[in-house]
Amino acid sequence: MLSLDDYQRYGRQLILDRFGLPGQLKLQTASVVVVGAGGLGCPAIQYLAAAGIGRIGVIDHDVVELSNLQRQVLHTADRIGTPKAVSAAKAVEVINPRVRVDAIVEPLEPRNALALLEPYDIILDCTDNAPTRYLISDTAVSLNKPLVSGAAQKFDGQLCVYNLGPDGPCYRCLFPRPPAPEVSGSCEEVGVLGVVTGIIGNLQALETIKILTGLHDGKPTLLIFSALSSPQFRNIKLRSRRATCPACGNEGEKIGSISELDYVAFCGGQRPDWVSKGMEMGTPGGRIHAQDLDESLKSETRVRIIDVRPPVEFGICHLPNSINVPLAELVADPAKVTRDEPPEETATYVVCRLGNDSQLAVDVLRNAGMAGIVKDLVGGLRAWAKDVDRDFPVY
Amino acid sequence: MSLTIKIEFGGGLELLFSNQKSHKIEVPSKIPARERSESERAVDLQYLIFWLRDNLLKERVELFIENGTVRPGILVLVNDTDWELEGEGEYQLKDGDEIVFISTLHGG
Ligand SMILES: [Zn+2]
Repeated sequence: MLSLDDYQRYGRQLILDRFGLPGQLKLQTASVVVVGAGGLGCPAIQYLAAAGIGRIGVIDHDVVELSNLQRQVLHTADRIGTPKAVSAAKAVEVINPRVRVDAIVEPLEPRNALALLEPYDIILDCTDNAPTRYLISDTAVSLNKPLVSGAAQKFDGQLCVYNLGPDGPCYRCLFPRPPAPEVSGSCEEVGVLGVVTGIIGNLQALETIKILTGLHDGKPTLLIFSALSSPQFRNIKLRSRRATCPACGNEGEKIGSISELDYVAFCGGQRPDWVSKGMEMGTPGGRIHAQDLDESLKSETRVRIIDVRPPVEFGICHLPNSINVPLAELVADPAKVTRDEPPEETATYVVCRLGNDSQLAVDVLRNAGMAGIVKDLVGGLRAWAKDVDRDFPVY
Repeated sequence: MSLTIKIEFGGGLELLFSNQKSHKIEVPSKIPARERSESERAVDLQYLIFWLRDNLLKERVELFIENGTVRPGILVLVNDTDWELEGEGEYQLKDGDEIVFISTLHGG
């Protein structure tokens, strides 16, 4: 039964042919769980809550940061530092107080995945890393629940419903192995346009509503979105469940096993912490601290600064008089730097964002025969902003 | 005789191909016989994969090809259909075909 004011609240969708009152009642009694309350999770939760889903579980152990607000639209500036799951629950309370939200401030791990996902009808994968994606898929297979999976990066997105019906493939059927770390990256490393996560997150909410109300045709497809391509959307017809899949294949035909799987190792190990790696001192005398670079710039006359970030980042901010030679160009042709023979006793300092690429660049320059003082900035321009120039932008 | 094929890379794979997503290529319509016993055969997807390796790939072949086929985790699409439904490597290319190589995205 709907309460009287719900006829008003949901009127615009109640009058839709094939949706109607039965569709609304299905949403009201349904439960979904959203893993990740970030760029994908926020818009998905927002529309699911507004549409009147009865119960929404939100699993996220991170807290809201300023750099999230560009795309994680349920979070607000005054909730920075609040756990994302709690912040999302507060946002839903304002949109539609009748929705029950379970805010689960815990990381999803092999030890708790079955228990955390079991209470819900449909699982939404709104996470940002490969190990969790495989874990969620394997858990969805064991629980025999549909998995609505979204991903977004740069200007591109992907959307797929896995494990739907008796023949729907699982994530492993399609992607038996994660891509090489060299071709994938996190949003922090490669960037993403907020609208792109919004489009994919909205589509996840849409597919979820279609499944719950019986409007989904049950055919396995992968939707590929590319904001800068034409056409922007591409719908791919997919294979059915793979009989030999180690997760969802037929007993006796499975190839390989996923029990006791170390998901992080399977996906190529722990992601490096680029901030702390950029702070490591390496060989003594090979690097320079921000304060010392500042001193050197003030006292020495013959100094040149090579900034090896991509041109777009150099365009955001750079040190005065620094020269931009992106790392890829430097590696391809070190002579770009070494051939302008600087005057005697010129010190060369290499800088980048966090202090990792600059170390590679110094190695390249030394191997190309560059002599004299060639050092790079420990901790990159982020350290410069922290230790020398508080007004220098951090991004 | 040659076939014009549209190639698209996605999900980061374009980084191995000069960071360019769309390519238009020409491949011979027949693969010449290498030995007497072999007859000339129509060009197929398997041939195309090696053609891409030899003509378009700029770096890190091991991130594209493994054990004589595309690396597991790369999805191949023939005119918007999973290649598994089209005979995989044995699919015979036709003029104007569009072949997409896509890797799974992780970001969110
Ligand atoms: Zn499977």
